[in-house]
Amino acid sequence: MSKLGIIINGIIKENPTFVLLLGMCPTLGTTSSAINGMSMGLATMAVLICSNFVISCVKGLIPDKVHIPCYIVIIAGFVTVVQLLIKAYAPAVDETLGLFIPLIVVNCIVLGRAESFAAKNGPLDSACDGIGIGLGFTLALTLLGLCRELLGAGTAFNQPVYPEQFGALTFVLAPGAFITLAYLSALFNKFIKK
Amino acid sequence: MAKLENSLKNMVLSLTVITVVVGALLGYVASVTEEPIAKAAEAKQQSAIVSVVPVEGAVVGEAQNVTTENGKPAVVFPVTKDGKLVGTAVQAVSKNGFGGDIVVMFGFDPEGVIMGYSVLDCSNETPGLGAKMPDWFQKGAKGDVIGKNPAKNNITVSKDGGEVDAITAATISSRAFCDAIAQAYGVLPKNAPEAETSATKQAEAVADSVSECVNEVAAK
Repeated sequence: MSKLGIIINGIIKENPTFVLLLGMCPTLGTTSSAINGMSMGLATMAVLICSNFVISCVKGLIPDKVHIPCYIVIIAGFVTVVQLLIKAYAPAVDETLGLFIPLIVVNCIVLGRAESFAAKNGPLDSACDGIGIGLGFTLALTLLGLCRELLGAGTAFNQPVYPEQFGALTFVLAPGAFITLAYLSALFNKFIKK
Repeated sequence: MAKLENSLKNMVLSLTVITVVVGALLGYVASVTEEPIAKAAEAKQQSAIVSVVPVEGAVVGEAQNVTTENGKPAVVFPVTKDGKLVGTAVQAVSKNGFGGDIVVMFGFDPEGVIMGYSVLDCSNETPGLGAKMPDWFQKGAKGDVIGKNPAKNNITVSKDGGEVDAITAATISSRAFCDAIAQAYGVLPKNAPEAETSATKQAEAVADSVSECVNEVAAK
């Protein structure tokens, strides 16, 4: 598979949110607005690219029996680096995402890709897979956040679209996350299967 | 590349090497970002002080660390202009937020009237509901508290008989916000002698009624 093919595969055929249905916790938790969803997606993508690349580089040096702890240490390391960088240089993002950044460690997308892709492919291909899956995750989260924000609060990327009192509050709350996610993945799969 | 064999030596060795390398990397990043993080926190505090005591050319005085009635640390910043006190910024914590503590900076003028506020941390409140706190209580907004004096106005949500319109569907967060006002007002240095005793009493009364309400809510 070409590098571009790997990236597109991550966005569409193996879209982590709509097709693989992985990493549901941050997906449901952070998508109350489009901006939050996008920031979470980008933070996860940064971790995915780095961890995929590094794990692919060191996979030969790790005995099978301890590969999970090794991968998790590497992933947790990158997550902490990303968290510190966000705290230092983008305090506004830290405020909205705060709690969810450390949770990237246990996001099954990251460990899942390390296991299913990086452990079997070369470093460059793995980095491309990180980009693709990361982009797919970011797009899905942004779309989900946009729908919820638009239906719930009447804004898109914090820009008012229609008066707030017509918004259905449910969509900003947890049930709205499930409803929106279900409809979006149903639509997504309908178009992909054709 | 062939995998390393699963011998104890290999396992211990690879885990050790990886943890040491990751640990070193984290130490390095932490040391690099330590200064910007501290700076960002300080800049946020300073800009919060300036925004809650909107007096041009004012100078922020030395911070005093105090403890509010609910046992949480608070910081009091006197703001002066040409040597005269023009306001006081108080950073207070309410532990009654929907998901834990909220941290708010309030500005009071020398009479104790609320000049402004800036929410420093409401990350535990529900996004889209309680997290509307930074805008909801501002001047001209629905829950406007600016220009109110905790000594004269009843700063509790209207559900509890007060004068503040709570955030739609986020009464608990709104109560916590009112609690933060009471906490902040409680540690305000008393520099208006004639109003001192009555103001203190009323503030205590407000604080009591707020904590009562919250206890009720918690009991329910």
